[in-house]
Order: sequence, then C-alpha cells, then structure tokens
Amino acid sequence: MQNDELQANVSQLLTTATFEEGGDWLTVNVGADELLPLASQLRDDQALTFNYLFCLTCIDWKTHLTMVYHLTSTQYRHSLVLKVKLDRDRPAVESLAFVWRTAEFHEREVYELFGVDFIHHPDLRLLILPDGWEGKNPLRKDFEDPINMIRL
Amino acid sequence: MFEEQGITPEGDLIVNVGPQHPATHGVLHLVITLSGETIKKVEPHLGYIHRSIEKMCESLTYRQFIYVTSRMDYLSAHINNHACALCVEKGLQVEVPPRAQVIRVLLDELTRIASHELWWGAMAMDIGAFTPFFHAFRERETINDIMEETCGARLTMNYMVPGGVMQDLHPNFQARVKSFIQQYKHKISEYAELLTGNIIFKNRMKNVGVLSVEDAISYGCTGPTARGSGVSCDIRKLYPYEVYGKLDFEEILETGGDSLARYMVRIREMQQSIRVIEQLVDDIPEGDFQAKTKAVLKLPKGEFYQRVETARGELGVYIVSEGGTTPYRIKFRSPGFSNLSVLDKIARGGKLGDLVAMMGTLDLVIPDIDR
Repeated sequence: MQNDELQANVSQLLTTATFEEGGDWLTVNVGADELLPLASQLRDDQALTFNYLFCLTCIDWKTHLTMVYHLTSTQYRHSLVLKVKLDRDRPAVESLAFVWRTAEFHEREVYELFGVDFIHHPDLRLLILPDGWEGKNPLRKDFEDPINMIRL
Repeated sequence: MFEEQGITPEGDLIVNVGPQHPATHGVLHLVITLSGETIKKVEPHLGYIHRSIEKMCESLTYRQFIYVTSRMDYLSAHINNHACALCVEKGLQVEVPPRAQVIRVLLDELTRIASHELWWGAMAMDIGAFTPFFHAFRERETINDIMEETCGARLTMNYMVPGGVMQDLHPNFQARVKSFIQQYKHKISEYAELLTGNIIFKNRMKNVGVLSVEDAISYGCTGPTARGSGVSCDIRKLYPYEVYGKLDFEEILETGGDSLARYMVRIREMQQSIRVIEQLVDDIPEGDFQAKTKAVLKLPKGEFYQRVETARGELGVYIVSEGGTTPYRIKFRSPGFSNLSVLDKIARGGKLGDLVAMMGTLDLVIPDIDR
C-alpha cells in the first residue's frame, strides 16, 4: 500500500492523527491516550495488518520526549512510523506489550534508560541497569556521570 | 527484586544459569524456575556487558561512531559497520562506487560464513559433540586470515567508511577467497555427515523449542530464528541494499520451527553465501573504492533508518540528526535483543537439558543484546 492510501486508511481509524512525509516511511503523530486503541486497530485491520513492530525507541528533545514505533506488515510489506509526544517530567503511555509481544522487552529498556512509565506493562522492571539503580536515566540528555563519561 | 535462589512458595526450584556459564557464551544471566526437570519460566537478566553504546555515539562524529559498532555483534562486526555506513550515506545522499559495493557484499558474506561457522562449532560443543568445534574453527581461521590481510584486523574490522571502504583490496584477496571457496564447498557436505545426519543429534534437536509463526512475528524474531519457523524476513531479499538486488541466491525457509529447523537454515545459508561469493569474486569492477566525501560529515536535519541482514537477523540503525557533526540520537535495533525475548516462550514446558539446544540455535551474542 502506498503512503497516500495508508494515510487515508489511518485517518479513517483516527481522525485526530496528523501526518508527516519525507523520510522513508509515513509518520503518524498521535496523542498518548489514543495510542493503544490505534495500535490494536492497525494490527487487526484486514487491509493494514501491521503485525510486526521492528523498532521501538524514545528520543529526548530536552523539552519533551517522543516515543517512536516502527511498524511493518509481513503480509503487505508496507511500513509506518507512529510517534507519540510525552511530557518530560512525568512521561507515561499505555504499554503495547499485549499488541506486539516484542514491545515488552523494548519498553523495559526505554523505561530504565528514559524513565518512561508504561501503564499496564506486564513486568516493568530494570532490564539492563543493575538492580537497585536509582536516580537519573542514562539516555536523557541531562544525564551526567563524571566518572564513567568522557567528554571529547 | 527477584528471589536469587531457593524455592518458590509453590515448591518450584529457582536455578541461576550464568552470568558465567560455558553454555551462555558470554555474560548472560538466566533465572530459571523449575518444577522437577520441567522449565516453568526463564527470566533473562541483562546488562553485564552494557557499555551504553547509544549514549557513546551521541558524542562521536559520523566517521568515529562506526568503530564502536564493531563491538556490538563482534562476530558480524563487518555487517554492523555496513549498516552504519549505509545509514550515514543515506543521509548524505552519497553514491557508493560499484567496486566498493561489491567489496562490501563479498566481505559481508565471508563474515556470515565465519559467524555461522563459529555458531555451528560452539552449538555442537554445547550439546556434547566436540569434534565439530575444531573443524569449524579451522574454516573460520582461514576467513579471519583473509580479513586480516585486507582489513588489518581479524574480528573488529572497521573496514567500512561512509562512501565506500577504507582502502583497496589486498592483491591476494581474490586468489585466497577462490581457493577457500573451492575447498570449503566440499567441507559443508562433510559437516552434514558429522552432525546433520547424526541420529543422536537429530533426537536432541527435533521438536525442541518450537516457535510458531505468529510468535516469531509478534516477538520480533528475525534472521535464521524466524526463518526456521517459515517467516520470510531476509532483508537482503525484501529490501535489497548494495548489489544484493542483482544477485542470484535463495532465501532459506524451513517450516519446522524447532531447533533442528533453525540449525538447517544456518547450514543452508552458508551454502547460499558461497553462491553469492562465487558470483562476485571473479569480476570485481574496477574503479574507486571510495566516493569523495567531505572531511567533516554533517547529516541534514531529519531521521534516517537503515535495515540490514546480519548473521543473526535484522539490524536497524536509526539516526536522528539535528544537522550537526554528531548524531542527536542513535538507536541500534539489534537482532539478538528480540531473539532473546522469545526464549521464555519457547523454553516453557521444555526440559532443563534442552535449554542449551534452544539457546544454541537462537545464536545469542551477548554484546549485541546489551549494547
């Protein structure tokens, strides 16, 4: 499915979504509370079938955080990028672990490295950082570690 | 916090495998809940070799950060470098000369053979056959020697630069690759006699760690792990990069979904890699090995994503640029991370002794998972 068809289909599912083109794939910006219903629809819709979440990450823009979800369909081979803007001080978004199982591990990673709270995540614990890690999230832009970080 | 050891209230035994364990091939820590000999739950604990490569890359320039990525999946370091170089080139809109493209693909496929060879030997050793290890390392050593001659290093090659490769091929390269391929072609059938046709080996692998098609897709499995379940996911075929689109090779698919199917995919993939090398090695186009690029690279503002097929599956490099000389944010979608997440799913209900066969055929490389 081409980008314009995808856009038409997605805007039927969610009228408030805004679209961006320019990169490799169509980007859809959605609100944090609209993410979970849209994600399930994208996966279950017969014409779309976005059954494979191939990348899940977060970007710290200093003023806000952006969650980025790269989706593709193993049936139709079209891809889509979902973006959700989050508040930097109290970032929280619904977990997608029950839509795509791979999100469970990726969300745990984002949780510890960016401090995003995933609501209804089945098992939200530290994954990479040592047990008992407290305080700041390493991939935030304001993270400082004077011992281990070397500035060039 | 989890209970590190002991017995759960239900009477199940908690067993720690790793972080130092011969079968994890790296510092992976698994906390396994056992009922008798049956696995009820596998919980991976990561981070023992986490170096925060993504954070490190944020303060390195587009020429420098490629070197760090060799240290992720150190068995397919060359393909990691390739992914990063391609992603930077996508941002710069640089056309790579044909000679460099062919060199890159040739070395990619040699790396794939070397990586699968190491997996083959190590996995066989895990489940109790020691001889294959020596055979595998003999072959791998030859590839490492070829790599050393051209790239100057045996493992962390760092041979790719944005725009092409660092220097031209060594004059011996073609002859050595050809003689390697000649003898190696026959070795693969020899291996088949050693392991693939071995009834003890088959019994240990068959119906162990069965991964369904739906789970493979939902858990984001890629590479031979997913192709063993019949999921078509070879990036070289689906989204061809460099000269892969013009080459004649097959995407290997098996339908079993068990450890034996994943094993067969890798063995047959090595044969396909030989096919690719044979098509390219005789006529490497003449010309530049590197496109002209500026000394200081600046990517335009925007987002760039590049997917490549490493020996373990799909590697995604996601660069967010603000127009500067360093990436604003970089994300490596490593194949091992997603492949590991499925371990709990396929191990449940299996026996503890079979866990090694499951882990072996997922082909986990820990630095790739931890990054």
